[in-house]
This record gives sequence, structure tokens and C-alpha cells, in this order.
Amino acid sequence: MTEHAAALDDRPAGSGRPVVEATHISKRYGSTTALYDAAIAVRPGSTHALVGRNGAGKSTLVNILTGLQAPDTGQVLFGGRPAPSLSDRDAWRREVACVYQKSTIIPSLTVAENLYLNRQGTGRLGLIGWASLRRQARQLLAAWSVDVDVAQPASSLSVEQRQLVEIARALSFGARFIILDEPTAQLDGAAIRRLFARIRALQGQGVTFLFISHHLQEIYEICDTVTVLRDARHILTAPVADVPRQHLVAAMTGENVHLTSANERPPVSAEAATVLQVRDLAVTDGMEKLSFSVRAGEIVGLAGGGGSGKVEVAEALVGLRKAASGEVMVSGRALRPGSVPDALAAGVGLVPQDRHREGFVPLLSIAENVTMTVPHRLRRFGLLAPGNRDRIARTLIDKLTIKTPGPELPVASLSGGNQQKVVMARALASEPKLLVLIGPTAGVDVRSKETLLDAVEDARSSGTAVLIVSDELDDLRACDRVLVMLQGRLTREIARGWNDNDLVAAMEGVDLDHV
Amino acid sequence: MSDTVSTVNNAVGAEAVRPARSPLRGLIIARLRDLALIPAIIVIAIVGQIVNPVFLHTDNLLNVLQTMSEIAILVLAETLVLIAGKMDLSLESTFGLAPGIAAWLIVQPGVTHGLGIVPGAWAIPITLLVGALIGAFNGLLIVRFKLNGFIVTLGMLIVLRGMLTGISGGKTFFGLPESMLYMSNTKWLGMPASIWVCLVAFAVAIVVLGFTRPGRALYAIGGNVDAARAAGIRTDRVLWLTLIVASTLAALGGLLLSGRLASVAAAQGSGDIFTVFAAAVIGGISLNGGRGSMFGAFTGVLLLFMIQNVLTLGGVPAQWISALNGAIILIALAVSRITSGKAQE
Repeated sequence: MTEHAAALDDRPAGSGRPVVEATHISKRYGSTTALYDAAIAVRPGSTHALVGRNGAGKSTLVNILTGLQAPDTGQVLFGGRPAPSLSDRDAWRREVACVYQKSTIIPSLTVAENLYLNRQGTGRLGLIGWASLRRQARQLLAAWSVDVDVAQPASSLSVEQRQLVEIARALSFGARFIILDEPTAQLDGAAIRRLFARIRALQGQGVTFLFISHHLQEIYEICDTVTVLRDARHILTAPVADVPRQHLVAAMTGENVHLTSANERPPVSAEAATVLQVRDLAVTDGMEKLSFSVRAGEIVGLAGGGGSGKVEVAEALVGLRKAASGEVMVSGRALRPGSVPDALAAGVGLVPQDRHREGFVPLLSIAENVTMTVPHRLRRFGLLAPGNRDRIARTLIDKLTIKTPGPELPVASLSGGNQQKVVMARALASEPKLLVLIGPTAGVDVRSKETLLDAVEDARSSGTAVLIVSDELDDLRACDRVLVMLQGRLTREIARGWNDNDLVAAMEGVDLDHV
Repeated sequence: MSDTVSTVNNAVGAEAVRPARSPLRGLIIARLRDLALIPAIIVIAIVGQIVNPVFLHTDNLLNVLQTMSEIAILVLAETLVLIAGKMDLSLESTFGLAPGIAAWLIVQPGVTHGLGIVPGAWAIPITLLVGALIGAFNGLLIVRFKLNGFIVTLGMLIVLRGMLTGISGGKTFFGLPESMLYMSNTKWLGMPASIWVCLVAFAVAIVVLGFTRPGRALYAIGGNVDAARAAGIRTDRVLWLTLIVASTLAALGGLLLSGRLASVAAAQGSGDIFTVFAAAVIGGISLNGGRGSMFGAFTGVLLLFMIQNVLTLGGVPAQWISALNGAIILIALAVSRITSGKAQE
């Protein structure tokens, strides 16, 4: 907390009133605190970075700064004046705009119409003058040197052009303070460089930016001030140049740098059979090829931030996605690309990323869900035998301590943590040789998390090879080694015994050794 | 640093060159899609003329226009709803029920199930009011209570049809008042008034959809409702109004048909919604909302009715017409898929 106070005082002086200043902001949703006494002040003409790990409160703060939500306590000032009331959208639009990752462009309309939607100028007879609208749009884009033809449908815009159009639209409302929510997430390297050149140019024209990114490298490149949020609290605000990378990562992850939990186990013996062998896998054309392997009884982590490609790789392994090239072998058997049945037959168990979409059928019973992948084990006289099914389900319910009166309960009526256990149970039901777990503990409580990870450890000790695909440090602690992906490439392999900062730095693409 | 700046500038320059060609093409394609069915219409006209020289006679063309005018107004109504990203199946029942209620209240008891409690001059206001009320009720369920629009209007289709059967006793209302017959039996400048009504309705709709904020709001809502709301469009109000206008138009269409046939059958409009959807999709309206033009919808319905007329002139037996109608829809759909070059949604 002392650091907090000191950091605010560190603010470079003599730069006039902040464009936006939020103080003592708190916001709760039910029992969770999204923000607690947070503060941010953005100087005019600066590019201010807002960083924090998932759930740190960044998006809540953005919603409050853009007037989509009111804070429970605290105040927002624009240029020293109190923020308009939430219902006055136009007044908010004149102060601030946010370019979200999700597009707010209407694809079927032209660029010009998107720019002036619902405020198209009308001429005689109250009709829209398309020619003057297009001229106006061309002038607007020219004024901010955005080179896009205004007559083309917005659906033909690239992500990059779309962002520029959204920025220009925001500027046309009079806002000179723009929040960019992970603008680089969907861009390639060259486009990121162009975006940064654009940001610098607009800065020269008096536009202020709040820049949200998971890639710390970019913050050092483009931002002058950084604010860190962690666990709903403001941690520090300081000039970027004064914050060493190590310090920044520590501020994001928490001060206590603890080593991997001590449940030591001997390394996997070199004789253990290789269960998963990935050779030259490229999920999409042009992606760098990656190769790795997982032995029996080994847990390997595949880590990386959003957009790193880790989920795509995992989905290619299990056949949910058809890889462009490369080979996936499970126990010496090459899997047919893009075929889930083939992966199942080869002994792959999967916990998919989105349990609601791919994990279970909500209205079917727990028993039916967990045995979905193993119909052959239920058969008696050629028919599905409910007795067999319930027996298998009961074993798994006990093993994973799923809280339910019985196996016949529909999965929809379980809590999130128990639903995830059902998904895990489904993966384990086939007694797989290889378990692929994508974000296995996403959105579950601490107790369930422990149970799920214990189940993984059980499977490992019985000789299953495990691949955990996650960016949650807790998921990765049990791994023998962690492979780190960044922007579609395997960048590092970190052996057991890592500390949190190293791993987070690797996922964020920061090199701690070259500060 | 200067080094990076120059590469960045180059990159920006390269960016500037790249999109220069595509937008022009995009514009042309957008314009062409509006006119995509014109060649097909010309071909059918030529074929029609070859099949039977009567085809291009003014009388026959007016006949085609008048037969299609009622359904065309239904297509117009459905197009408004489709562009806003919704569907209204109940329009075909409104098409029958609205004039049916007017006839029921006005026609004297006796031969048919009339009540005879309202003077004949009220026929048109009653018809349109019934249409507006049905639209408002649809809006209440779909917009206010967030029920699924497809199923709500499917339910309404059945309820409204049943109501018409109920009030008419399953029979046909005859002896309609003069005001209901007026628009279909009067000629303005040598052309039946119902054709004028249809053409004017389309002209107005083309202007409203293309050149006014409420019209553009329909496209915005159908294209991305969240973005439309973020742009300050009152999406719920616009949708509700659209449903009311569409139902009112359906009532108007029904009125024109009743006038032309001088009766309201219990089955008036029954099954027509399929032709309406077919015409809209052939005309380039997306079932997912946000895409298509009113002119395109007009060419769609025109093409369908011209083909039917050519078949009749060609002496195709009446028993086969309905099978051929279905085939025409499929063929027209395929033709418009080819000419527009885009997957239909």
C-alpha cells in the first residue's frame, strides 16, 4: 500500500489536468469484489498502459471509465469536470471511446454509413444525402489519415482497418481519449508496427490513449505510464521507464514469489514409453511447425496467453480441428487429422475448453454424460445396459467427489465446479492413454480445483500421459515441464521448479534476463 | 529509430495500395446484386412472348401486376421484418383475418356469418386497425417479453387463422361493402388502383429504407443489434414499430385481394407465407437480417409471378401448377445464387 501512495506521487508534474481521473473506485457484483478503491489518472497526450492478469479488474474499470456501469463508490472526472450521467450516452461519447476486441461495426453497411450511423446528415425532404455523407466520411478519415475507401462494405475491412475506422468514429464524436482493449491480440507483427506508428501520430495530434495489453513487451514499446491492477486493487502507477520488467511482472503476479509446490516426485524415467509424439504440426498454413512429445506417467504443460495458439494446437491433437500439416502419434499410431472418433479409439481423453459448448449435454444425466465416449463398455446383448452405465458413473462420481444425489441427475442442475468434474469424468471414463486437458480448472472454486488436479495426478501415477493446456499457474504446477507458446510459436521449455515470474514473463513474451 | 520509422511508413504506404481495388469492385457488386434478377426477368419476358404472343400485351401485363400486387405488399411487409433480423410468419393469417373481421362486422346476417353492426364506410379503417393491433401484440411478445419471434408468429399464424375460421364459420364472406371493392375495381389513369397502391408502397419503402434514418436503423439492427444500440438507435422501439407496420401492410394486401375477389374466404392467404419468403430470398433478402434491398424484393416477386403467367399461357394443366410453383422457387433460388455469387443465408 505504501508503494501505491508513492507511485501516485511519482506522476510526472506539470502536464496539466488529467484527461480522465478516477478515484476510490469500488465495484462489487454480488459477493465478488471487482474493484476495491482503485484509481487511475491519465495525463493528456500520454499513452497509458493498464495491465493485470485475468480477473484483476481491468474490464470493470474500462466499463466504468466509458460509462457503461456506475461505480459503487468513487468518482470519475474528465478534464476536472464530473462525468455525465450514465443515460447521457452522447455526452460520454464526447469524452471517451473504447475500441473493443469485439467489433462494434455493422458488417453489412458501408464504412461511411458505419461512421455516421444514426446521425446521417439529412438534406431536403429529410432524406439522407449519400454523396455528402460519403464526402464527410472521406474528410473524416483523411483528417486522421486513415486510408480506407468509405464506399466499401465494412465486412471487407481487415481487423486493422476496422480498428482504425472505430478510432476515427470515436474521434468524430469529439472524444480525444481512446481506450484500446487488447488491440494487438488479433494482429500480426507488421500490423502491430503500423498500429503503433498510428498511435504515435495521433498522440502528436493531441489524442490520449489507454492501452490494455497482455504483451508487456508492447507496453515498453509504446506506453509512457503504466498502471497495474491485481486482485481488484490498484497496485502501482509509474512511468514505464522507471519500472523494470521484473518489477512489473512481480506487481502483476503478487509479491510472494513462491516456488512450485513441494509435492516432489522423481522425474519420469527415460525408459517410459512415449505416448504422444507430435511432429512438425502446423495448425494453419504458414504457422511455424512444432514438435514435442509426452511420455507415459509424465505431465506436460502447454502454456501461453490468449491468442498464443495453445488451444488450437490442443484441439488439433484431439481431432476437433484439422491441422494443415504435421503428424500426431499416440502410442505409435498416427491419428487421422480432424477425426475425433479416431483420437478416441487411439486412447485420447479430452477436457475441452468450453465445457458448456463441448463438454456436456446439459439435460442428460450425469451417467449418460460421463459414459458418452465409451458406449462399447456399456453393452450387454448388443443393447446399452443402464446398470453398467450407472456402475461406471458411480465409480467416477466417488472418485471425483461430484456432489449429487445420484447418477441420474441432469448435469444442468449441478454447480460449475461439479459440472467440470463431470467433464473430467467423461475424459477419464475411457481410461485413456493420453489426457488432453484444456483449461481444466477454468471458473471453478478452490476445492473443486484441488479435486480435479488430484484426479489428474491419479491418472498420471497409473501411467497416463497428460497434457495440460492452460495459462493458470496453479494448473501448471504439477507439470514435469512446461512448453510456452507465444504468437503461434513454441518459444520456451521450462523445467519443473520454475518460479511464477519466469513463467508469466515467458507467456507475456518478456525476457527477464535482458532488462 | 529513424530506421524503424521509415519501415513503418513504408508499411503504411503498402497498406494504402492494397485495398485500392477491392472497394470499387465491392461497390459494383453491391449495385449489381440489386439488379441481379433483371436479366432473368428479361429472359422470361422473351420466353413468354415466344410461348404466347399475348404475353407482352398491356392487358396481360396489367393482369400479372394486379395478381401479384396483393402478395407483393405481403413481400414488402416481410422484407421490412427480415431486414431488421426477425421473421413474421403470421402475416399470411393477418392477410386473411383483417379484411375478414371488417366483413364480419359489416356484412348483414343471412347468407354468411356477418353481424351487420357497422356501416360499410368503416371497412378500410377497421381492416388496417386490426392489422396494426396484431402487429402490436406480436411486438409485445417478441420485443417486450423476449419470446422467440419465429415460434411466436407461428403460434399467431395458427391462432389468427383459427379466428377467421371461427367468425366465418369456415365459409366465405360475400356481399362486401363498396369501400372494400373500390381499390380493386377502380382504374386510375388506365391502371387498376391496386397496382398503383402496390407500386407506390414499394416506391415509398425504397426511399424510406435507402434514405431515412429509421430505414437505415432497420439494416443496422439486423446487421448487429448491439452495435446499433451503441450508436444510439432505440432498437426495441424500431422493431416494435416494424412489426406493426408489417402487419398493417399485410392487412392492406388482404384488403386488395378481398376487393378483387369480392369476397373473404376462410382460407384467404393460407400457405402464402412460403411464396412470400421465397420471393424475398430470391430477391436477395438475407434471412439472417441486415442485407438486401426493397427493389430486390420487388424483382423477386415480379419474377415469380411472370413465370407463373408464362406457364398458364403455355397451357400447363392447372393440376400441375402447384408442383411447378415449388420447382420455380427452387430454380429461381438457384438462378439468383448464381447471379449474385453469394451464399444464401
